[in-house]
Amino acid sequence: MADNDFFDDLRKYFHALVYIMVFMAIFPVVTYWAVSRKDSATDTIEEALEKPENEVVDGLHVASGLIADTGYETVLTNCTKCHSSKLVIQNRASREGWESMIRWMQETQKLWDLGENETIILDYLSKNYAPEKKGRRAPLKGIEWYELED
Amino acid sequence: MKKKQVGSRRLFLKRGSVLALAGLAGIDIVFSKHLPKGYVPLALHSDDPFALFNKHKEMSLLNDRPWNMEAQAHLLDDRITPEDRMFIRNNGLVPENIDPENWQLTIEGESVSKPKTYSLQELKNKFKHYTYQLTLECGGNGRSEYNPPAKGNQWTIGAVACARWTGIRLRDLLADVGIKGDAVYIGYYGADKHLSGDESQVVISRGVPLQKAQQDETLIAFSMNGKDIPLVHGFPLRLVAGGWPASTSGKWLNKIVVRNKVHDGPKMGGASYRVPCEQVPPGAKVPDEDMCIIESMPVKSLITYPKTGLMIGEGKQIEIRGHAWAGELEVAKVEYSIDFGATWRACTLEKPVNRLAWQHWKANINFPKKGYYEIWAKATDENGVSQPMVVPGWNPKGYLNNACHRIAVKVK
Repeated sequence: MADNDFFDDLRKYFHALVYIMVFMAIFPVVTYWAVSRKDSATDTIEEALEKPENEVVDGLHVASGLIADTGYETVLTNCTKCHSSKLVIQNRASREGWESMIRWMQETQKLWDLGENETIILDYLSKNYAPEKKGRRAPLKGIEWYELED
Repeated sequence: MKKKQVGSRRLFLKRGSVLALAGLAGIDIVFSKHLPKGYVPLALHSDDPFALFNKHKEMSLLNDRPWNMEAQAHLLDDRITPEDRMFIRNNGLVPENIDPENWQLTIEGESVSKPKTYSLQELKNKFKHYTYQLTLECGGNGRSEYNPPAKGNQWTIGAVACARWTGIRLRDLLADVGIKGDAVYIGYYGADKHLSGDESQVVISRGVPLQKAQQDETLIAFSMNGKDIPLVHGFPLRLVAGGWPASTSGKWLNKIVVRNKVHDGPKMGGASYRVPCEQVPPGAKVPDEDMCIIESMPVKSLITYPKTGLMIGEGKQIEIRGHAWAGELEVAKVEYSIDFGATWRACTLEKPVNRLAWQHWKANINFPKKGYYEIWAKATDENGVSQPMVVPGWNPKGYLNNACHRIAVKVK
């Protein structure tokens, strides 16, 4: 019957379409799995990709840990090409101090002329990563108290 | 011999593959067009450094480009520091694809009679092997306490280790090459890569005076704690100069130069590993010519047990213990205080297993009543010089902080 043939054909096409769709759905996943396996850093990449790269949470740029204040993108672009943002975050200095670090990097570490970005970077660093007054010896901090076992 | 790479892992993924993977996963990297060429977003560029370098999970990661990691005091309780608790200090990128079969060490410079090159196997076969336990401490260990703050990795107390190193004496090697009468200094070169990506730029090339180079304990090491040196600690060859800033112990060693003047490689001049020859007030600007190279590290100690934060019941006695070291010198005495330095009591102190190895100390202590205590440890070297209780003299790069280690205890 013509009608049956038509529905048979439709069913075949539908099946084919389903196969194609399933294939399309699975292929990228499998390929991604294979590629990331090859790079043997599966967990890190997957975890990393799940993180929205430029999310700012509690005033911190998640991917870099930088304080998300005016100019942090400029710092990200110019400073973290060579070294980690961790190096910025763990340091504290006055404007003069940050400037002298930039000069040192320019003289010895191949840092480029920052042009008008230099002011943006220095404004950002001297405001957000200024020295803390800690005296000649700071109190012990960050102690995690625990009971003696045995 | 096996070919050592960073396993099958990759230290840094290429930007292309990151974007490709992001694309496959259907995730757009926002602002990816703004990323500089060759820049890999922080979250994507690193493998897990704890797995990558076989490090204890409680190690503190200070920096991931370049890799820098330090221990906490309680992790350093072992007499011989195991690989997983040894600090990592890098100035550049860890070399990849090291092939020990074809590794060569060249000895050259104006003060060698004739340059000479050795294969790794030749070095191992031709010269007598020696093993010493050697204290390596980063010159900047303790930097985080200086005020005004000094730039660089903010080490607290954990950039020190004392592993067993096996290798040949640098002295024997220099004798085999033949050095001239005007030789005064040696410098090292290694295979690490500069952060800027410039292949021609040397990351760090420091050295020691000939006198230090010719000590019994100054080794060209090929093994650490009885195994091949771990990649991040300098596989396949490392110069090891115990008691001096660990930056004199060059990793991935492929060249030694014998000099007729103080070696002038990168990080030998300026403020690098140098301190004011005469003490300056905190925050002073110091001209280069008034800076002197750090040689022997100062006397210092660590309380490795108990871990800070201990809460104990009133009337309980506890053992405290740790290590003490004094650069080129031996430690003569270790004392502890539980009253913020007002009174001190002696600890039992062992002799070093060999020269330049740290020494172990311990004491049993009681607390007179309930309350908050700090246990402070203070070592004194054979010349009668002790650790200060406050942070010592300020210097521009924050080196040599050997202030007493302190831990907190509550008696309830």
